[in-house]
Amino acid sequence: MDRIKGFNPFTSIGSSALTVFIAAVVLFLINRAIFETTVLVQTLAKALGLGAVYAIVALGFVLIFKATQVVNFAQGGLAMVGALFLSFLAVDEHIPFTTIQNPLIGIGPSWFGWGLSVLVALVFAALLGLVIERIVIRPMIGQPLFSVAIITLGMEAFLRTFANDSVRVQLRPLGIPWGTGGFTLGGTVGDNGITTGGAFVAWSYVAAVITAAVAFVAVFLFYRSRMGVAMRAVAFDQEAAMANGINVGLVFAIAWAAGAVLATIGGIYATQPPIAQTGAVQIETQFIAFRTLPAVILGGLDSVQGALVGGLIIGLAEISAGQYLSQFSGQLGAGYPLIVPYVVMIIGLLVRPYGIFGTPEVRRV
Amino acid sequence: MLEVANLEVVYNEVVLVLRGLSIEVPDGHIVALLGANGAGKTTTARAIGGLLGVHEGKATKGSVTFDGREITNDKASAIVTAGITQVMEGRRTFADLTVHENLMCGGFTVKDRSTRQASYERVMELFPRLKERRRQVAGYMSGGEQQMLAIGRALMTSPKLLILDEPSLGLAPQLVQQIRDIIININQEGTSVLLIEQNAMMALSIANYGYVMETGKVVMDGEASKLLDDDDVKEFYLGLRSDESGNRKSFRNVKHYKRKKKWAS
Ligand SMILES: Nc1ncnc2c1ncn2[C@@H]1O[C@H](COP(=O)(O)OP(=O)(O)OP(=O)(O)O)[C@@H](O)[C@H]1O
Ligand SMILES: [Mg+2]
Repeated sequence: MDRIKGFNPFTSIGSSALTVFIAAVVLFLINRAIFETTVLVQTLAKALGLGAVYAIVALGFVLIFKATQVVNFAQGGLAMVGALFLSFLAVDEHIPFTTIQNPLIGIGPSWFGWGLSVLVALVFAALLGLVIERIVIRPMIGQPLFSVAIITLGMEAFLRTFANDSVRVQLRPLGIPWGTGGFTLGGTVGDNGITTGGAFVAWSYVAAVITAAVAFVAVFLFYRSRMGVAMRAVAFDQEAAMANGINVGLVFAIAWAAGAVLATIGGIYATQPPIAQTGAVQIETQFIAFRTLPAVILGGLDSVQGALVGGLIIGLAEISAGQYLSQFSGQLGAGYPLIVPYVVMIIGLLVRPYGIFGTPEVRRV
Repeated sequence: MLEVANLEVVYNEVVLVLRGLSIEVPDGHIVALLGANGAGKTTTARAIGGLLGVHEGKATKGSVTFDGREITNDKASAIVTAGITQVMEGRRTFADLTVHENLMCGGFTVKDRSTRQASYERVMELFPRLKERRRQVAGYMSGGEQQMLAIGRALMTSPKLLILDEPSLGLAPQLVQQIRDIIININQEGTSVLLIEQNAMMALSIANYGYVMETGKVVMDGEASKLLDDDDVKEFYLGLRSDESGNRKSFRNVKHYKRKKKWAS
């Protein structure tokens, strides 16, 4: 419960550096808001979209970590396999066996059919999570946490091999009903009725933000339910929870099922703007989990609020760096925005070693 | 009725801690289990409650039977469902959770909502203090309040047998009195109690029967009133006599020949 207090030179250097850094960023953003409003709106919309996806994937990490104390390195594999299953259902099999002319993407699954496919894919993901927990993780209860984490890494390799095989030859489209479309905010409508300027907001940003909102509200409500309270009890003191008759295996299973569902949702969004443009599963889809790790660690591995705040901060940092530092890409290297999350994470950890909302590991005996 | 027969418990496959322990808790009774530090009292509670696995321990010989059914090495949740709940040593309340949520956890095995509600109300009646602090986070409560919460949480399952591991540990004398009264109260409502204590006076004053443990075995047992009168118990647990130099005698030294005398006859 108690946070570790006392003077730590790194912490204080870190926090002064951080204060200066945040002040500089805020001043810069105010400057941009005045001089380049459209670009700023564009940046913020994109950041919100990316941040929401990070927050969703981070939530999956946090749920599993809180219940089991294990960082599940297989989240990326789960994300990809879950998304592939959606591709199989929605595009290959046209569940529920109908296609209609979709105004946004031409021939493709109907909204209803697609929604149903997503639902079935998520159920599949949950089952996959349950199976992995039961077969691979449950027998490891009581073993050193490090070993369990390594086991999840092995699971990741297994899922990845399986998934990579099925996307090697071709992309696997997901039949996203809104495609890569979007709308324009602001701008001016010319005489010919065509809008020029303005900030482009992809539908996938909107969808991701709504999904994240639903996911976080659902988790907050879940944590107040009987099973959710039991899960928090297990997280706090596993033996005491057992002594009260709480079925720890069941709690682990539910955490894994929920974690796999969130990973799959993350995998689906990882095929869309701003992360990718194809709307199809490809090799890179699985990297969504590793791209999310800085958000999880920055927010605090055991904190739901941390997943949300960490996701949004990392999303904002990555997108703004991509936008505002692009003239330096010669010096920084083309892929520099992907490094930014790790830089932000390291700065954050200097100030708060357990993450923004994380709990120091001292309360357990 | 709980019967522990010739139980042997080993930690980490090498440390033999219980060496053929046998105790009984008849229905409706309060049974005290006494013993010095490290005698194996908590290990006994873990063995009964299915919690040895957490500590890399295992019952290698003997049996635990409850109401005629063997429960040795059963899962903790199954044992709670069978009717045995324990209040672990050191209270172990969920400090992050509110009082109300702690009690929800206690009632986890109770599937029926109205039964759960009834237990909840009973606990609130028994511990008015908890009622006042329902919404408070458990970690901020005093030791005594946390002990009451731990007992209340265990009562949420309406156990047939309640195991209490050193409930008086670290509590002021008035609080010990209060806990004592609560145990009597719980017992009068029909719950058997296995009371593990260092505070032998308190335990024996309310128990029907008592066992004294030493290095994993019962070395003495009898009616609580008899034990209270016993010279050894008086000396080593009640601190009523000391040797010429004023120091308490080492338990082991005297113990051996006296025990022989007792058990050989
Ligand atoms: N997890 C464990 N692994 C190995 N040895 C253990 C473990 N837990 C307890 N022991 C040993 O078993 C013996 C009995 O311990 P136990 O906790 O049951 O004693 P106790 O009678 O409850 O003592 P106390 O009055 O101090 O609570 C001790 O010698 C202890 O060191
Ligand atoms: Mg003990």
